Amino acid sequence: MKTYETVIGLEVHVELATKTKIFCGCTTLFGGEPNTHCCPVCTGMPGTLPVLNGKVVEFAIAAGLATGCEINQNCKFDRKNYFYPDLPKAYQVSQLYLPICHDGGIEIETSAGKKVVGIHEIHMEEDAGKLIHDPWEDCTLVDYNRCGVPLIEIVSDPDMRSAEEVIAYLEKLKLILQYLGVSDCKMQEGSLRADINLSVREMGAKEFGTRTEMKNMNSFKAIARAIEGERKRQIEVLEYGKVITQETRRWDDNKDTSFAMRSKEDAQDYRYFPEPDLVPIVISDEWLLEIENRQPELRDEKMLRYEKEYDIPAYDAGIITGSKHLADLFEETVALCGRPKEVSNWLMVETMRLLKEEEKEPEDITFSAEHLAGLIKLIGDNKINRTVAKEVFEKIFKDNIDPVKYVEEKGLSMVSDEGVLKATIEKIIAENPASVNDYRSGKEKALGFLVGQTMKEMKGKADPGAINKILKELLD
Amino acid sequence: MDITKLSALELGKKIKEKEISAAEAVSLQIDRIKEKDSEYNCYISVLEERALSEAKEVQKRIDGGELADAPLAGVPIAVKDNICTKGIKTTCGSKILYNFIPPYNATVVEKLKAQGAVIIGKTNMDEFAMGSTTETSYFGITKNPRNTEHVPGGSSGGSAAAVAADEAFYALGSDTGGSIRQPSAFCGVTGIKPTYGTVSRYGLVAYASSLDQIGPIGKNVADCAAALDIISGHDKKDSTSVPTESYGYLKVLGEDIKGMKIGIPKGYLGSGLSEEIKRSILAAAKELEKQGASIEEFDLEAVEYAIPAYYVIASAEASSNLSRYDGIKYGFRTEDFEGLQEVYKKTRSEGFGNEVKRRMMIGAFVLSSGYYDAYYNKALRVKALIKEGFDRAFDKYDIILGPTAPATAPRIGESLSDPLQMYLGDIYTVSVNLTGLPAISLPCGTDKMGLPIGLQLIGKHFGERDILKAAYLFEQTRKEVVL
Repeated sequence: MKTYETVIGLEVHVELATKTKIFCGCTTLFGGEPNTHCCPVCTGMPGTLPVLNGKVVEFAIAAGLATGCEINQNCKFDRKNYFYPDLPKAYQVSQLYLPICHDGGIEIETSAGKKVVGIHEIHMEEDAGKLIHDPWEDCTLVDYNRCGVPLIEIVSDPDMRSAEEVIAYLEKLKLILQYLGVSDCKMQEGSLRADINLSVREMGAKEFGTRTEMKNMNSFKAIARAIEGERKRQIEVLEYGKVITQETRRWDDNKDTSFAMRSKEDAQDYRYFPEPDLVPIVISDEWLLEIENRQPELRDEKMLRYEKEYDIPAYDAGIITGSKHLADLFEETVALCGRPKEVSNWLMVETMRLLKEEEKEPEDITFSAEHLAGLIKLIGDNKINRTVAKEVFEKIFKDNIDPVKYVEEKGLSMVSDEGVLKATIEKIIAENPASVNDYRSGKEKALGFLVGQTMKEMKGKADPGAINKILKELLD
Repeated sequence: MDITKLSALELGKKIKEKEISAAEAVSLQIDRIKEKDSEYNCYISVLEERALSEAKEVQKRIDGGELADAPLAGVPIAVKDNICTKGIKTTCGSKILYNFIPPYNATVVEKLKAQGAVIIGKTNMDEFAMGSTTETSYFGITKNPRNTEHVPGGSSGGSAAAVAADEAFYALGSDTGGSIRQPSAFCGVTGIKPTYGTVSRYGLVAYASSLDQIGPIGKNVADCAAALDIISGHDKKDSTSVPTESYGYLKVLGEDIKGMKIGIPKGYLGSGLSEEIKRSILAAAKELEKQGASIEEFDLEAVEYAIPAYYVIASAEASSNLSRYDGIKYGFRTEDFEGLQEVYKKTRSEGFGNEVKRRMMIGAFVLSSGYYDAYYNKALRVKALIKEGFDRAFDKYDIILGPTAPATAPRIGESLSDPLQMYLGDIYTVSVNLTGLPAISLPCGTDKMGLPIGLQLIGKHFGERDILKAAYLFEQTRKEVVL
């Protein structure tokens, strides 16, 4: 068998996190009873007209700037015409001739090293509604709630060569967009959708092979599987001496395979033309600069800053900044209680352990920075020891309890009265002559046993450091 | 006294002076419609009860002193049936929207209501405003009240005929390629197409979005100016409407036009124009010259390409705008079908008339891949050239004067058999839409059959005041001819 190279380009649709839709004042909230988040404008009733939401332009520009794109300061919308019941105007307002951003790229890192994936363009458009099949009535219903939710479509160059690169690109893109606050990028809610354009060619060939477009993957894992499946399918077709049909295919994750939806022959002619109901968008230098100045710190910069400013290992900085939510939590906590390394440790060790146990993602963390900071203060002030702290943290993680109140209510504070501690230690020494002898004869381990016994006697509410110190004083 | 013969402003004054109530005006207007409309068919819907109760509400506002500055408060108005009226059927003269009741008002309707206007009915029109005769309506043809064997023009034929027949004091029409001006000319009334962007299009069911503009049709220039004062102005619901401070059209009427420069394009007087119309137009120009304007003939560039460019652009936009009528959400849906494709095909085949289908097919063709550059893009370039031609002309002139149409109203049935010939009838009107300029058509005589001839005055962008001033002065000299 010949060796093949896989060539992949992505079209990523991202729903923007604006409060209202792209051309009307309806809410963009996900969910809601069918057809309650719509109005005559987004349902394309006769005579209605679109009015552009300026925030959409700002978000698109922010995404373009963060991905190194050029911004088209004079751009416009076009109509993409096709019939489908989820598209009430029978055209989608999109951008073909002059997209708002073009010619950018983002750097990704994989086991093969670093590389830049080019971004061909980013354009703005409106989302369509949703068809829902009712199996009881055997009919199809339309929900127009999603109609007119703003989208940007980010079109990459065909620069990726493996599923690993694709996932790295998507992870990176998702983080950029989340850091910018332009989208929550929730694949399960459809706010990030990726179509894969894939072809294979013999290693060393100059021309691209015939590509297919794959739709309907709803997780990064499904994307990786779909790429692997399609790569194998295309190679098999070629090995049999047949040719690849240019077509759109639908991925079925349950069956782990894809099906042809439509071929190029019955591909639609969308009859694009400039949208006459909207005036051209003119982005002034001032507006552009204003958006540029408002750009938040992105992941790469943040990682470097954590290493420098907080002296956190690169690996840890990578994990924490790997989720916008985690990074925000980290910074808010540090702002409240200082001790960045301590904060980082709680997030890296205990938080990650509990997330893994509950099969959750960092985005699902519900506890507040105030309560983590409160816990760290309690430790710092020697109010509780680490064992108690771990127990309290579990409660914070699960129920976001206030650690100060909790410790007080449960009486978990350490006994700080040195007289009480000393009396207890003296009692333990008296009760364990064998261990005392062991220690005195050089068996350091015996000290640990005595500390443990003391701690047990104190019901865990003692500072192990203090026990250690007093024990040594009494024994040496 | 037959109050239906009054102008809108005259009636407004009588209502204000309590000589007549708004409700009485509505009743008398309804009586007139009942008497005449079976003959002319100007209306698709007459809103008798609704108009009466609205008139009573308006009367309360007038009596409470609320509408002291509204010259047309209480005056009934007819509205073209492609302008959305909340809770009132808005059909666009089409089977496909025969039962469509919008849940919202067009911005112009809101503005009219705020000024105390009472909508008396919705007028007949060529289906989706595509046509020059008001013969393509699903709701039957409208006849020209001046001579019922002739068409009233179109597409706002119902509105123009209603005003001409005293079935309306004034009316709203829409103009995409001449649809206000040409029926106004054919029916012997006055109509103005404002500068693109002067009047909000929100709620006007689109034919060709980049060309459509709503405007008034009235018995005289002053009524049109007063109505335009009400409906013009920026609307945040229409991005293509233009922010302008004060329009003030009515108040400039009566100002002189001394020193105003008027140009007549030589091509507008050439072949294809009837001799009678040419004589009327030149006589009108003479009249304006007497009023102190200077008149000069000149060559207007590129206008000979206006008709093909117009039909390419308008049809392209129409093919997209009318795709939403698919039988899924509202309006007509075919009865027997199997599957989605058949709902679409049968609904649209049965719901649209021939002229609309013809234009949608032309439009889909000129936008299709491989033909876009040859047709649509080329038409846009022609449009730009025509605009340059007008820009140059307006460097020299304040107004461009010419006929509204090359002939008077044709006989019913004459036009539809030869659509290409019908399209050529738009020769003097379409370039005004392609350039977005304002233009007024007003009566300037009749031909030997007694059919009205329309004079067209084209102004600079937002130069409505100039053309209204000139039209008003001309009208004063011609009072005896008008009716």
